[in-house]
Amino acid sequence: MTDAPVTQPRESLRAWLRAPTASSPRQARAQAVWRGWQRLIANRAAFAGLIVLVILVTLAAIGPWLTPYSVMGQDLSVRLQPPSAQHLLGTDDLGRDILTRILYGARITLMMAALVAVIAGPIGLAVGATAGYLGGWFDVVAMRLVDVFLSFPSLILALAFVAALGPGIENAVIAISLSAWPPIARLARAEALTVRKSDYIAAARLQGASPMRLILKHVMPICLPSVVVRVTLNMAGIILTAAGLGFLGLGAQPPSPEWGAMLASGRQFMLTSWWLAAAPGAAIMLVSLSFNLLGDGLRDVLDPRND
Amino acid sequence: MYWTLEMTDPLLEVRNLRVAYPSAHGYSDALRGISFTLGREKLGIVGESGSGKSTAGRAIMRLLPPKARVTADALRLSGFDLLGASERQMRDIRGGRIAMILQDPRYALNPLKTVGAQIMESYRIHIKGSRAEARDRMLAMLEDVRIRDPRRVTGLYPHELSGGMGQRVMIAMMLIPSPELVIADEPTSALDVTVRGQILDVLNERVEAQGAGLILISHDLPLVSDFCDRVLVMYGGQIMEELAAHDLSQASHPYTIALNASLPPLDHAVDELIVPEYDPSWMTEAPK
Amino acid sequence: MSAGDLANSTSSNRSASSMRWGSAAREFLRTVATVSVTILGLLALTFFIGRLLPLDPVLAILGDDASQEAYDRMVVKLGLDKPLWEQFIAYLWNSLHFDFGMSLTSGKPVTEDILRVFPATLELATVAMILGTGLGIPLGVLAAANRDTWIDQVVRVISLIGYSAPIFWLGLLGLVVFYAGLGWVGAPGRIDIVYQYDLETRTGLYLIDSLLAGRLDIFADVFGRIVLPASILAYGAMAYISRMTRSFMLEQLSQEYIIAAQAKGASRLSVVWGHAFPNIAVQLVTVVALSYAFLLEGAVLTETVFAWPGFGRYLTTALLRADMNAVLGCTLIVGFIFITLNLLSDVFYRVFDPRTR
Repeated sequence: MTDAPVTQPRESLRAWLRAPTASSPRQARAQAVWRGWQRLIANRAAFAGLIVLVILVTLAAIGPWLTPYSVMGQDLSVRLQPPSAQHLLGTDDLGRDILTRILYGARITLMMAALVAVIAGPIGLAVGATAGYLGGWFDVVAMRLVDVFLSFPSLILALAFVAALGPGIENAVIAISLSAWPPIARLARAEALTVRKSDYIAAARLQGASPMRLILKHVMPICLPSVVVRVTLNMAGIILTAAGLGFLGLGAQPPSPEWGAMLASGRQFMLTSWWLAAAPGAAIMLVSLSFNLLGDGLRDVLDPRND
Repeated sequence: MYWTLEMTDPLLEVRNLRVAYPSAHGYSDALRGISFTLGREKLGIVGESGSGKSTAGRAIMRLLPPKARVTADALRLSGFDLLGASERQMRDIRGGRIAMILQDPRYALNPLKTVGAQIMESYRIHIKGSRAEARDRMLAMLEDVRIRDPRRVTGLYPHELSGGMGQRVMIAMMLIPSPELVIADEPTSALDVTVRGQILDVLNERVEAQGAGLILISHDLPLVSDFCDRVLVMYGGQIMEELAAHDLSQASHPYTIALNASLPPLDHAVDELIVPEYDPSWMTEAPK
Repeated sequence: MSAGDLANSTSSNRSASSMRWGSAAREFLRTVATVSVTILGLLALTFFIGRLLPLDPVLAILGDDASQEAYDRMVVKLGLDKPLWEQFIAYLWNSLHFDFGMSLTSGKPVTEDILRVFPATLELATVAMILGTGLGIPLGVLAAANRDTWIDQVVRVISLIGYSAPIFWLGLLGLVVFYAGLGWVGAPGRIDIVYQYDLETRTGLYLIDSLLAGRLDIFADVFGRIVLPASILAYGAMAYISRMTRSFMLEQLSQEYIIAAQAKGASRLSVVWGHAFPNIAVQLVTVVALSYAFLLEGAVLTETVFAWPGFGRYLTTALLRADMNAVLGCTLIVGFIFITLNLLSDVFYRVFDPRTR
């Protein structure tokens, strides 16, 4: 009788993830994720992007509790103050603390981005994967539709929809989603095309799987990594479009602290009070930058190409 | 003159040549200290994929990517130190004194330039003179590699050439500046079997006519042993054995013996082809 | 000569080249069909957007307290009483003849308005395009040729910022720094009021017109005012172009023919610009054509920041006043331009790509 060595739970988890061969599908998947994660954090730029995003999400969530100022509260006696100890980013033309408004604005921006991702991603994936797998008239119609949407730069298309629907956050989200799904669909279709002829799809079909099941359980998971990468990369553009709409007065309406709208309202005073323009724009750039870095890193991890 | 040509200097002297690439955990070795000399003869380097044979060829010409770390006790062309040479000096040497013939003319020729333009470029980088002289020399060279209608061929684009034609063009292009050393990296591997013999003939003829030394890199043991005077057998970045071509059947190293044995014999039938067994000790570096 | 030499000779006879023309014609027809369907879809989409409007288009023109008869007359005039598909056919017909209806705000035909404002944007976009490609391509090549060195990193960072920063913010910052701060550039606006009626506009492009008229003072004014918005606009295009150029060059530089060129002893300059670069030239044309789309988008925002009287500002003004005819007309124009650019670059690619020759 040998005494089995008592290993700490953490040690055995590491060992389990590092084992040279996997003994179960779950372990194999977990190992693949672990290896991908290692590669991602090895890429310093992508890691930086991820950290910044995590910080931003955290700030967006708890930030409003951190500041003593109210987001809407006007105090005309302290209007247009430059950055100082009491107001780290200064005050705007109505005396509101800019840092507070930035923090609240983070919620709006991140929420809009998340909504667009959640709407455009699955729609694009579904349409593209189905079109790629089924082919035939569905493919032709779907791809013509995609072509039509892609004939417009995303901002212009979003502008047209917002013009019809009216300004506001919800309409802006819908409008942006309508311009964001086509590239995803095209990508998903390309991936689906490569898988369509493979043997395991044929095997599943011979077992009697319905097309719906095949698409859902076999084709879409293949398309998923590239779609995730593409959505992440497009996030930056989506945020810029949302901010652009806000700047033009078509997104969130004042007094909402959306960053684009803040830039628009700060415009009149900005030549003498530069801090009104600096903070919201820098915030937009920071979020966009992080998504770009993260997306680049994800792409290197999930679609490894030789350098 | 940066070097003195002594009668006793071999054409190429390589001692303890090492190439390492940076990887996730430190450096990983592609070449672990190979040494050999070459005169005006034909040397074959044989090995499987990953043995380091192509790396050796490119290391001699210093054509490896910048992140590769190349070191050697000696790397000399007729006494001239190649390792310490400046990039400018190497540019003179590449093409002018050492030439490399690549494997697949479909990829090794610029798809946008005509054959004529590419051969002329090769000539005019190293030899001063008029365009007319260069043109004449080019047409003569194309005839030397047994291309029948040189004038027409100079106007063709690489994708319009057949495999054999392309390799002849490659040979003409690389040998036109009359280099002393020719490194041929798998020159026939991308060709139809029927054409291989002719290309080797052409290569042989040109190399002997120019009095150059040749290094033939290949994975094809019988081809190398027929064509070359001496053979180096490589594995895992090291030289396993060095012997005269006609002595191959009397090889002493187990790897060479295994390679010999794994060749399908033409004169009698066998039920199973022999697969070499790899001794892990071959991967560790032998003490020098 | 051996049999092998005969086999080695190439074959290029007349039937092969006529086959090439036949298949090219088929390709062309297929492209025409695809593009037509896309344009149809485009028009359907804008028609649909027009119908999405929660506002009543009749009331928008007549005002809220119009009489019932005026209302009914307007309905007939606008063709709103006809069935939907008939309206669509009418819409198709008009749009293909570039008749987008009347603008609410100016009272003139939308087409006339667009023709009036377009040269301003054209001028801005062209200058931006020149700057963007003139900087973007060399930077991309430089980055690829010096991969992973500090040069590469710097170019990538510059490019990344261009991708990530909101263009309207850069415009605002530019004004703060270069106009209010340093006074290096002119005020927002295309031309000083003083000169506006002085200038004979022959082409509609003020830079050219002022030179043609020999008025260097006007030229200086116009130049000072265009340089900042064009640079900001160019930055976005430059980021995209340099990134794509770098990517294409890296792909070429890993090819065997580059090693062969180096083995011949060719200089670095010759290898990068003489060998690798020509092989990406065709792809770059597509990239440049696509970056015009970026420029159109960017123009909308930039013109707002710089009070530039161009197409973009016309569009946003129309938007804020719910002038749907103008909005949809502009959207369609952008769509048409984009489709045309794509088509042209596609054709260009097919004609010049050496692999299909």
